[in-house]
Amino acid sequence: MSAPAVAIADPAVRAAFREWLLRVADDELTIGHRHSEWTGVGPDIESDVAMSSIAQEELGHARLFYEQVAGDDPGGADRLAYGRAPDDYRNAVLLELPNQGWEFSIIRLALYEAYEGLRLGLLARCGQEPVAGLAATLGREERYHGLFASTWLERLAGAPHGDAGGTAGPRAKVQAALDAAWPYALGFFETTEADEVLLGAGVLTQPAAQQRESWEAAVRPLLARCHLTVPVAAPRDGGRRGLHTADLTQLHREMTEVWRSDPEARW
Amino acid sequence: MVTAAQSALEQAVWDVLCSVEDPELPIAITDLGLVRDVRVENGDAVRVRLVPTWTACPALAVIRGRVRDGVRAIAGVREVSVDYTYDEPWTMERMSARGRRQLEAHGLAVPACRFAEPPVCPYCGSADVAIDSLFGPTLCRSTYVCRHCRNPFERFKPPAEPAAP
Repeated sequence: MSAPAVAIADPAVRAAFREWLLRVADDELTIGHRHSEWTGVGPDIESDVAMSSIAQEELGHARLFYEQVAGDDPGGADRLAYGRAPDDYRNAVLLELPNQGWEFSIIRLALYEAYEGLRLGLLARCGQEPVAGLAATLGREERYHGLFASTWLERLAGAPHGDAGGTAGPRAKVQAALDAAWPYALGFFETTEADEVLLGAGVLTQPAAQQRESWEAAVRPLLARCHLTVPVAAPRDGGRRGLHTADLTQLHREMTEVWRSDPEARW
Repeated sequence: MVTAAQSALEQAVWDVLCSVEDPELPIAITDLGLVRDVRVENGDAVRVRLVPTWTACPALAVIRGRVRDGVRAIAGVREVSVDYTYDEPWTMERMSARGRRQLEAHGLAVPACRFAEPPVCPYCGSADVAIDSLFGPTLCRSTYVCRHCRNPFERFKPPAEPAAP
């Protein structure tokens, strides 16, 4: 592991950047675990392998961001990933929700990947090495996840097949999934004082409202192509402040089980 | 000033690096282009920086371990550090011509530069192919089928081009 990454002199900015990086890592960790639940039970062998690969990549990316936060502290990245209580996690609530069918997982993947691409772009321009270089590198990997999501979405909901436009077809299921996921997806853009601090310091170059605009500009054309209607809904947030659902408690219990069995183990 | 002893040690380190293969592909890490640089400090401390192809690849830890063990076994080496660096992303240009030939001999289709190039069947050379899955048996491979000779094949998958800013 390289030297402590978050080497910002101002302690308030350093703490804010640390919080931001934890959001990124916690997002990747929780969605990675949720994706991994498709291993062995995906709708076809290719999707099974794809979701498992995406899960593997997201967990790998989470590790890299935890390492950035932990610096040279041995075992620090694992303690951040698995040694905290659920209300210490800063992931968006959308990512902890259970997989409610394939349509929901694909919608969630599409919404999240668009956000992640944008966020990695912001981090690549944050002026802090090695985080900026890392973000630029990861952005090139994430693009395949978005491609997988949009391909599936267009097949499920976009093609003019059968009664896809009707109430019983696959598109209706995707629409229901979008209705369920959208308010939580708006929780990506929840802010805390950390955002203000980072904007003031020039580490973050786009306020949350503008991030949301960029994100909507990316996802709305895809959803429109799939004949899906974006619901009008208030954000369901809380995750960035540690307010989570019981689903995270369940996920946390499961994903920390091995680590808790021997926190000092070396792999 | 670079002494003769220092350059002999650097050469020995490169010899080790050339002997380390990617555990998932029959190619040396030097031909794959994973080695960013080698530095010898104070005559006996070796620092190796590597560039990952895919950052979540489970082979990375194996490669790092093999490099560390190999360099540590060189006479006169007191200290070894092996780190992955992200300041310059890995691209296809880093792969050597020999490495490319080795992967092709192994049966993989290998794009010249980018994933977005039209794929070519490694068996019959036809461009009439269809992607089966973006995600193959490892993070760096996708699977295809050839419509012409009807064989399935795998293609090396580099990380995507950077998105437009």
